[in-house]
Amino acid sequence: MKLDRRNFLVAAVAGGFSLGLRRPAQAQGAGSEVGIWAVVQPDDTVTIRIARSEMGQGTSTGLAQLVADEMDAAWKFVKLEFVAPHVNLANKRAWGDMSTGGSRGLRGSVDYVRKGGAAARAMLIQAAAAQWAVPAAECTAAESVVTHTPTGRTLRYGALAAAAARLPVPAEITVKKPSEWKLIGKGVKRLDTVPKLSGKQDYALDLQLPGMLNAAIAQCPVFGGKLVSFDAKAVATMPGVRHVLAIGDTAVAVVADKFYQAKTALAKLPVLWDEAGNGKVDSATIAAFLRSGLDAPQAGVGLKQGDAAAAIAGAAKKIEATYGTPFLAHATMEPMNCTALLTGDGVEVWAPTQNGEGTLAAASEAAGVPLSKVKVNKTLLGGGFGRRGQQDYTRFAVMLAKQIPNTPVKLIWTREEDTQHDFYRPITQCKLTGGLDEKGNLAGLHMRLSGQSIMAFASPSTLQNGVDPRMFQSASEEEFGYFAIPNLLIDHAMRNTHVPVGPWRGVNTNQNAIYIECFIDELAHAAGRDPLEFRRHIMAKNPKNLAVLEATAAKAGWGTPLPKGIYRGICQNHGYGSYVAAVAEVSVSDKGDLKIHRIVAGTNPGNAVNPAQIDAQIDGSFAYGLSALLYSEITIDKGRVAEGNFDTYQVARMADMPKVETIIVPTGDFWGGVGEPTIAVAAPAVLNAIFAATGKRIRELPLKNQDLRKA
Amino acid sequence: MITLNINGQSHQVDVDPETPLLWVIREWLGMTGTKFGCGMAQCGACTVHVDGIATRSCQFPVANAGTAKITTIEGLSPDGLSHPVQQAWLAHDVPQCGYCQSGQIMAAAALLKENPKPTDADIDAAMTNICRCGTYNRIRAAIHTAAGGAA
Repeated sequence: MKLDRRNFLVAAVAGGFSLGLRRPAQAQGAGSEVGIWAVVQPDDTVTIRIARSEMGQGTSTGLAQLVADEMDAAWKFVKLEFVAPHVNLANKRAWGDMSTGGSRGLRGSVDYVRKGGAAARAMLIQAAAAQWAVPAAECTAAESVVTHTPTGRTLRYGALAAAAARLPVPAEITVKKPSEWKLIGKGVKRLDTVPKLSGKQDYALDLQLPGMLNAAIAQCPVFGGKLVSFDAKAVATMPGVRHVLAIGDTAVAVVADKFYQAKTALAKLPVLWDEAGNGKVDSATIAAFLRSGLDAPQAGVGLKQGDAAAAIAGAAKKIEATYGTPFLAHATMEPMNCTALLTGDGVEVWAPTQNGEGTLAAASEAAGVPLSKVKVNKTLLGGGFGRRGQQDYTRFAVMLAKQIPNTPVKLIWTREEDTQHDFYRPITQCKLTGGLDEKGNLAGLHMRLSGQSIMAFASPSTLQNGVDPRMFQSASEEEFGYFAIPNLLIDHAMRNTHVPVGPWRGVNTNQNAIYIECFIDELAHAAGRDPLEFRRHIMAKNPKNLAVLEATAAKAGWGTPLPKGIYRGICQNHGYGSYVAAVAEVSVSDKGDLKIHRIVAGTNPGNAVNPAQIDAQIDGSFAYGLSALLYSEITIDKGRVAEGNFDTYQVARMADMPKVETIIVPTGDFWGGVGEPTIAVAAPAVLNAIFAATGKRIRELPLKNQDLRKA
Repeated sequence: MITLNINGQSHQVDVDPETPLLWVIREWLGMTGTKFGCGMAQCGACTVHVDGIATRSCQFPVANAGTAKITTIEGLSPDGLSHPVQQAWLAHDVPQCGYCQSGQIMAAAALLKENPKPTDADIDAAMTNICRCGTYNRIRAAIHTAAGGAA
């Protein structure tokens, strides 16, 4: 295998360490760097470097499996170390992209981290061969030991590492064939569990630095508004209060010895805000604004095949339905926070970030210092789900710390502030129109989205002729599952509000899968056909999607009798590179109480690096997806978010959680995502089962606002 | 000055008696295993034991502690790993991000002390802590394991 450009970079950097390049994170003792991805200690401990962020999704364990397998390191010796963003930058980004979103943690790094592991293995073998004065080709490696096959002599990696580290990274690197994998594909336990069981795991919110102050933030409650004035004197003598400071022109913070004192004083601080004319916007005006897009002549086209309008006009039976989903907050368990320290040398931040290099850039800009004067200490994240890909917490912490130089300041959001100043899952509505022919086959489908675009909010210059391609997630050329429908039109009427929006686990696959999969179910029933059988016909050109659907249906026993009162719903989706499907079993009582008895969820992620962690991610994605289905909504009143804490922004708890059975059916021919794909099928499977149970189509979420009693 | 008995040790803190126990533990005593999640006893991330009873410390004024024996996650077992609940959590690889798990473990330990063989319905009723990663099914299985039953 020829070295690609990245490996050349890796090789160059690996050679550079002996010239004094900085180590990625904290010192690792007497270890030797064998290539750039692994540090081997004399006692055989292998510290594998992780560039991506760990927010619970298990990426760090999966990445370590990829490196350790190629390296033939014994798993019992493997530990983790996170690469610091400023060290990555100083080394010309030797460890690659650090951003952690879009379920790309593994699939976006798989090639270069495996080559890094394979390079380390080759170097360790070369070191052993040199010591024995034998050809490297006569040596093999397994379980952190090199063996000279003809004589049976062995050397441990720990004894070879120092010599191996002095060798050049080999120019030719071959990664293993799947049949040679020992760790990839194994459901090994996570490497980061033990400190999480004893309270010893520190998160950014737990950081304690000498002389550190703590701060609470209040941003203008109305999005787009400004800070006019505040009366610092009113709280100046409250316990622990040190400073009351503006953060830019949109927020104010109380800085105190303790966060409890800061937030207590902040609650009493008189503040005057300028609502910037947005104070009259509410959920009803937003809904009406979105409705205006459902039939608007102007819309960006995402997918077109044949002539949907003509096919629907000429159909024997026309079906139409309008769906809607609300804004949603992420509600990570660890509230937003960041610690910053400004000194004459630059800025240092401690951040729970999904994008370490984004944090570095944001800190540089907010501090007004060059990138080379920024240090970013990444911590484990107490949940991310897309929220921590934003950098508001970095900017605000640095802007505050800049006013109190030489003092570390930890800025913490209360739960209410966190809920009310998020970058929300965008609100959309969707009108779907389908035409069935005399035989009950789907002749044409028009899906009209209306609503807010993340791209228009976050980076309007990247819109493509006014179109945000991500509006069409799961409804795109690459991901749509029903290309056997002869006539298709999927388009989007842009309707942006003043509410900030951003990626939320699964992003637009969530809403689009509800719209598509529930409406396909509606069409199947209108045609008098079984929803699985109906899908088979329109999935004829999407065999991979169909294969997962069939496997899931088979495991769930689709079509077999169920206990009285229990009903099934089915759906499928393709997103983040993986093909997924789900069957839900539910019952609805006479009073309208929903019980989800069982979920069967299937995924084809191409290669399944760690089936146990995939199982955990599927389970967790259903908890997150069912929270949105059952309870969660962000509503707007007087231009601001009405919900605050978990009493009003409700989420799923233990009693809501169904049994989730997973079926992993990897086809081995690609690397798909894991964290996000299955969330998209959580809601539609249950909604379709609710219809089967009650005859009711629920087209507006969440379910807490709906009456589920039989129609 | 308030005297607190935490994990078998006596601590003296000079603090407003209305201050929630959570902040005294975290900010005055520097023990950060007990987490802040919501501040209104909704999420349970701050769960500690007060005389063995699972208590959401963010809504528990420190003055109410009196002479009660307070146990935090740091004091659940001497080595931080040997309590049956910690062992079961390890066996089931329960945590994802881990932020809520101090509270989950403390809630589960209190449940098992009061009800050594909880049913699924008992677990639903007692385990109302929020986990946004969605580890609920593994928590349930781990509680059954810690109770000595089949998971």
